[in-house]
Amino acid sequence: MQEEYQAGKEIYVYDTGEGLVFSYGPQHPGTGHFRLIVRVLGDTVLEAEPDPGFVHRGEEKMCESKTWITNIPHLERPAILDSAGMLYPYCLAVEKLMGVEPPPRAKYLRALMAELNRIGSHFYYFALYGVFLGLPTPFLWCFGDREFIVDLVQFIGGQRITHSYFVPGGVRNDVLARVPLKLVQHFRTWYSEATGKRPSESELSDDFRKYTLHVADFIDSRLDYYWDLMLDNSIFISRTRGVGRLTPDEVAALGAVGVTLRASGLRRDVRVDEPYDAYRDVKFEVPVLTEGDGYARAVVAFREMKESLKIIRQLVEGLPDGPFKLKQHPINIRVPAGEAFARAEAAHGEMAYYVRSDGSDKPYRVRILAPSFRNLIVIPYTGRGRRIADIPVIYWSNNFWPVEWDR
Amino acid sequence: MSGAQGFNTKLAAALERLKQVLGDKVKGVTVDKKIIKVDVASEAIVEAAAVLKEMGFDHVKGVTGVDLIALKQSENAIELIYHAGAYLDDELAPYVVNLATKLPRDRPVSPSLVKIWPSAEYHERETYEMLGVVFEGHPKLKRLLLPEWWSDIPPLRKDYRPPGRE
Repeated sequence: MQEEYQAGKEIYVYDTGEGLVFSYGPQHPGTGHFRLIVRVLGDTVLEAEPDPGFVHRGEEKMCESKTWITNIPHLERPAILDSAGMLYPYCLAVEKLMGVEPPPRAKYLRALMAELNRIGSHFYYFALYGVFLGLPTPFLWCFGDREFIVDLVQFIGGQRITHSYFVPGGVRNDVLARVPLKLVQHFRTWYSEATGKRPSESELSDDFRKYTLHVADFIDSRLDYYWDLMLDNSIFISRTRGVGRLTPDEVAALGAVGVTLRASGLRRDVRVDEPYDAYRDVKFEVPVLTEGDGYARAVVAFREMKESLKIIRQLVEGLPDGPFKLKQHPINIRVPAGEAFARAEAAHGEMAYYVRSDGSDKPYRVRILAPSFRNLIVIPYTGRGRRIADIPVIYWSNNFWPVEWDR
Repeated sequence: MSGAQGFNTKLAAALERLKQVLGDKVKGVTVDKKIIKVDVASEAIVEAAAVLKEMGFDHVKGVTGVDLIALKQSENAIELIYHAGAYLDDELAPYVVNLATKLPRDRPVSPSLVKIWPSAEYHERETYEMLGVVFEGHPKLKRLLLPEWWSDIPPLRKDYRPPGRE
């Protein structure tokens, strides 16, 4: 039977089938501007259907009325906690169309920013995962420790969260050689407290490289506390183990990304499969577990943070000198007609863009393939047959960000 | 197939097989640094997807609709693109094959590929509401992101003008 598209025809009607239907969300009780329509029989979930769209802003349409460069600030908005990951593939796709490659220093700075944002985003993941499972301490710790990452991001990109640091052809500004002394002194106290080390003035100075290496050390030591607090916590383990389990074949069929994918035994990471920019030069492992449940996903995210710190150390030590951007017009760049597809590994998973140009100053079509949107299908699939108390685990273990899938 | 540097043999085999099975229903194959794209006739999309699935492309990364009416060489068509990727196959993992077809703009109807690629379910729903492409055989073809009270034409069509933008 064929059905024509008819505007205004649809309204949401709850059919009166078996069980009780209720809305889980959207007023941020643990979902974040997103609603699950849940049908339960007693305490058993018969069906959990996602109803996104509460924060849909029409980014793809917006792209068509802005120029290639002025699109950048709004394109990082889908997930501001991971601005770098959101923008990365857009810049890669536009560069492919332009046929240019950024200078080596820009490649390193981009990767550095992406890894810092990944750690910040994973802190967010632990914060929310913990707090909605009844562990408020990780929430407070994560935001406290994330502050040092955010300080560093602000130092490099000029803004704490939405830095718009990436541009096609490089990065917006170079990194300064000297970190403000006030920042170093503030950090020194916390560094000593977390690691038990007392670095001398020359070891931890206002030099950018030394400061960044110490921040990486600090986060590394702090992560050990998180293991004891959250991942080695028997309540957390008993609530997450075996919940939302997916086999490798299932994740491949559902096309899931990020921690969901790697916790189910598939070693897929765009940074390794199709390396871009400075990821060709760094060495790191892709953490993989085979259990595929809510607990394995948290452990994979934890190990990913450790790997990100490894990458940050290599990038800072090998940061080449030279220009940070190609010589081009700051606002109006020329993008030849054509189409390109590019992807990068954002914090939530594989992020991709399909970009089409007709040769004018604005994109003809920009398609944002956000990782959270691709994971959305996991909720109805794994939610079926679980208990109501498992919904937060199923929801938060997949590293979702509602604004990202709404775009 | 032109200008493919370091081109993978398994990918070449998949594209060759597509040509073999579909014959002249394959309208064009582009393989370059920007994109790997296979254009097929609209009646061959299911067959093409089945071949790609059989060759190892086990999921889609997204479904894109492009309204071609405002391009310089404009066509009265909507281009439908499936971005297919491989998770289980190590050799194919670095590649994304963009399977594209053109549908008439006045009546954009295409068979749903959810049976072949279950991962396409939500992406097809999005393309349905944003471009008005109707996917036949989709298990639950209804709105996803747009509000219930939306009563205009599909917003990603080029003749939709967002208020206050033009």
